[in-house]
Amino acid sequence: MKIIVDRDKCVGSGQCVMTAEGVFDQSEEDGIVELLDPEPPAEAAADVRLAASLCPAMAIRIEDAAQ
Amino acid sequence: MAVDDRFPRRVGDLPDTRSGGTRSEIVTGPVADWATDFSHVEPEWAADPYPIQDDLRRRCPIAHTERFGGAWLPTRYEDVAAIAYDTERFTSRTVIVGNFRPPRDLEPVGVSPPISSDPPFHHEARRLLLPAFTKSAVRRLEPGTRAFCHELVDGFKGRDVVDAAQDYAQHIPTRVIADMLGFPPEDGPRFREFVENVLEGINLPTDERIERVDRLFDYLLQQIHDHIDHPRDDLTTYLINAELGGRRLDASEVSGMMALLLIAGVDTTWSAIGASLWHLARTPADRKRLVAEPGLLPTAMEEFLRAYAPVTMARLVKQDMHWRGVDMKADDWVLLSFPAANRDPAQFERADEVVIDRRVNRHAAFGLGVHRCVGSHLARMELRVALEVWLERIPEFTLADPSAVTWAAGQVRGPRTLPVRIG
Ligand code: HEM
Ligand code: HEM
Repeated sequence: MKIIVDRDKCVGSGQCVMTAEGVFDQSEEDGIVELLDPEPPAEAAADVRLAASLCPAMAIRIEDAAQ
Repeated sequence: MAVDDRFPRRVGDLPDTRSGGTRSEIVTGPVADWATDFSHVEPEWAADPYPIQDDLRRRCPIAHTERFGGAWLPTRYEDVAAIAYDTERFTSRTVIVGNFRPPRDLEPVGVSPPISSDPPFHHEARRLLLPAFTKSAVRRLEPGTRAFCHELVDGFKGRDVVDAAQDYAQHIPTRVIADMLGFPPEDGPRFREFVENVLEGINLPTDERIERVDRLFDYLLQQIHDHIDHPRDDLTTYLINAELGGRRLDASEVSGMMALLLIAGVDTTWSAIGASLWHLARTPADRKRLVAEPGLLPTAMEEFLRAYAPVTMARLVKQDMHWRGVDMKADDWVLLSFPAANRDPAQFERADEVVIDRRVNRHAAFGLGVHRCVGSHLARMELRVALEVWLERIPEFTLADPSAVTWAAGQVRGPRTLPVRIG
């Protein structure tokens, strides 16, 4: 799984950080999303998908590796 | 020297945002049936809203009232979440239910951005505030907050009974936000009076409320001028220099954002601290466990936020529509009860119990969707430090008189009188 975040769309609601801590954080400068792990391990996949679906700004995109 | 003429000196010279809009008839008095006649400002609701919400969730999950000119009350988590996310059909033009609906042409900006704004405008107004409330910005405020909490407890010396709401919880967020905005410390008591006057004045006649609000705004304008003359590294100077849509903010925007931070940050946090202390005063097992295991506090605190979520927001319906089985009309209110969502058994196990070591706790106390609380890191720091200092200094305390405890009615709920025995 590969994650792409759009910092321009992000409104810093913090919901991704609550849902998939370790993968997402909020930047110390501007509170906008920071991607800690663009290709997280399989066990984080469910949380990451939930985070993407919960993002109110639709700023998180997931590309699945075909395998 | 060029004069910064964006800022008038008196509130009367600010643009008028009160004209227009519609007023509905004021209806008060006992509720006949909560499913068809609810009122979140009646004393019964203030005293204990949870059994009412639980009952509604079972028998009428989207309740209605004719009061306030028509309003809905969803109590299921999934409905509250759906509305919070749906900024197309529900507007934030105003977020406090009353008998006054501000005019539609205020959309998408509203009276106090970003909370009163809808996308796409909301995006930029919110992003302007985010840098001031990051975790690192909040961390810098922690030592001062802790010292202030200790000062408050020092003031209890010689007393057996103190009011944990009025003598403790209330002062903490007021002091923190005044420091952030860079107001002179010696203005503390005066400033607190302005804020309290506004917050406690909701049920007064409109003219009197407006007068109280105006007095606060006069003070804010005075502070803005002082900051223009003497710029310094604080939130007021930041707002004066901030840009929105390629231009700097005007006077009503700067003072409006300052007022929003006061209103959104003080009552809410005060309520969260007070409700947590209320729970601990009447639940010795939880109190003893937290005194023995201070490391559990961050987890326990999230559970207090879930179980006693202080904030309920509101939206207005944009157009007539059929929504999940009910017929909503344009300009109907919808109460977004984050407290009811947080106690939905479909979302949380043992939803009606306070489980201080609850592991997974994705509660909605700070809201859901694009408006989710900007100040959540700050609020969490204040709540944690307030409870840490209290439990360290006053490990033994009980309710002095359970019948003397009073709760605020309305959309921000927390103890307003909370006498506890500490000696
Ligand atoms: C325990 C304390 C707090 C609680 C429970 C709380 C709760 C909330 C909730 C539920 C919302 C969502 C509003 C909506 O959906 O319309 C919100 C928004 C907001 N809160 Fe808080 N809040 C707290 C403390 C604070 C503090 C300390 C500040 C800052 C000083 C703050 C600033 C804001 C702002 C500016 C917004 C508007 C965000 C937007 O519209 O994008 N809050 N808060
Ligand atoms: C914490 C709880 C709050 C209390 C106790 C409170 C109290 C008040 C009071 C006393 C007024 C003046 C009434 C009037 O002018 O008719 C008012 C007006 C208003 N408040 Fe709040 N407020 C709260 C939270 C908020 C929040 C979070 C917002 C977000 C924007 C907000 C937005 C407004 C707006 C838009 C008005 C109308 C202003 C006008 O028409 O002049 N309030 N509120």
